[in-house]
Amino acid sequence: MKNVKYLLAGVFFGIVLVKAQVISWFRIQEMFQLTSFHMYGVIGTAVVTGIISLQLIKRFHIKTLSGDPIVVAPKKFSKGQIYGGLIFGLGWAITGACPGPLFAQIGMGFSVVAVTLVSAIAGTWVYGAIQAKLPQ
Amino acid sequence: MQLLKFIQQPWHWSVSGLLIGLTVPVLLILGNKVFGISSSLRHICAACFPANITFFKYDWKKESWNLFFAAGILLGAFIAGHYLQDGQDTQVAAATRERLASYGIHDYRALLPPEIFSWQQLFTWKGLIFFVIGGFMIGFGTRYAGGCTSGHSIMGLSNLQWPSLVATVCFMAGGFASANLFIPLIFKWLH
Repeated sequence: MKNVKYLLAGVFFGIVLVKAQVISWFRIQEMFQLTSFHMYGVIGTAVVTGIISLQLIKRFHIKTLSGDPIVVAPKKFSKGQIYGGLIFGLGWAITGACPGPLFAQIGMGFSVVAVTLVSAIAGTWVYGAIQAKLPQ
Repeated sequence: MQLLKFIQQPWHWSVSGLLIGLTVPVLLILGNKVFGISSSLRHICAACFPANITFFKYDWKKESWNLFFAAGILLGAFIAGHYLQDGQDTQVAAATRERLASYGIHDYRALLPPEIFSWQQLFTWKGLIFFVIGGFMIGFGTRYAGGCTSGHSIMGLSNLQWPSLVATVCFMAGGFASANLFIPLIFKWLH
């Protein structure tokens, strides 16, 4: 099964999310109340690590495990990044979670967050259904 | 045992950030996969409830790695939550504790307050706002924005994409408005 490696990458990432406490509703409130540097430190370090990694991949033409060249498609701008971004931000502070942390909160034992996840799936579905009518 | 004790402490932001950032090259090297988790919600819709909607008509099986990754997060969090915690209260800044006390939140034993995140709250106004409406905004907002904190704020910014910077600024703006205007109002109204 070629997907097992992604399951394992997810296990690693899930452990990091919990130990970094970035899935904590408390940490999210601190971040948006500007009372702690923790979340800014985590996200800032992650972005710097990501930038350096991608530069190294490009500079040294690093390939995938199966020998394919690594390609990352550019992100296209749409108004959704503004409207959708604001809506997600509101939900982020309320739930203390983005999509990854939703899975992690459930995994660590807050089973009621499964309701939040089902609702997030419903939100994605409704977006898909009305996408054509929204400003893009 | 010393090592286990060491791991069980909360991790410093620099270690945490480094490991989260390394997920970007790890997924690329494993198989050209672009880090991003909100897409998993779209694949679930495409797999279970496509309902003839154009947005969900694609070969989601080709993207199934993303669902395995999400399942892994759940499993990893289970392991960390059950075996890698030191049992101490979550350390939260005094100013935030004071504000949360005014919301009626006093329990810091876990990473989430049980005053909100428990099944007893599900069929209350709190449950409606914090689970149902909050969750809906995550799913709708991330898909409309074309990504979430992982896809835009970490992957997109790592690849120096300006649309991801726009998205990240809006995530933060929404979060500030929510935490400083709406959440205080919600608790005022609930009490």
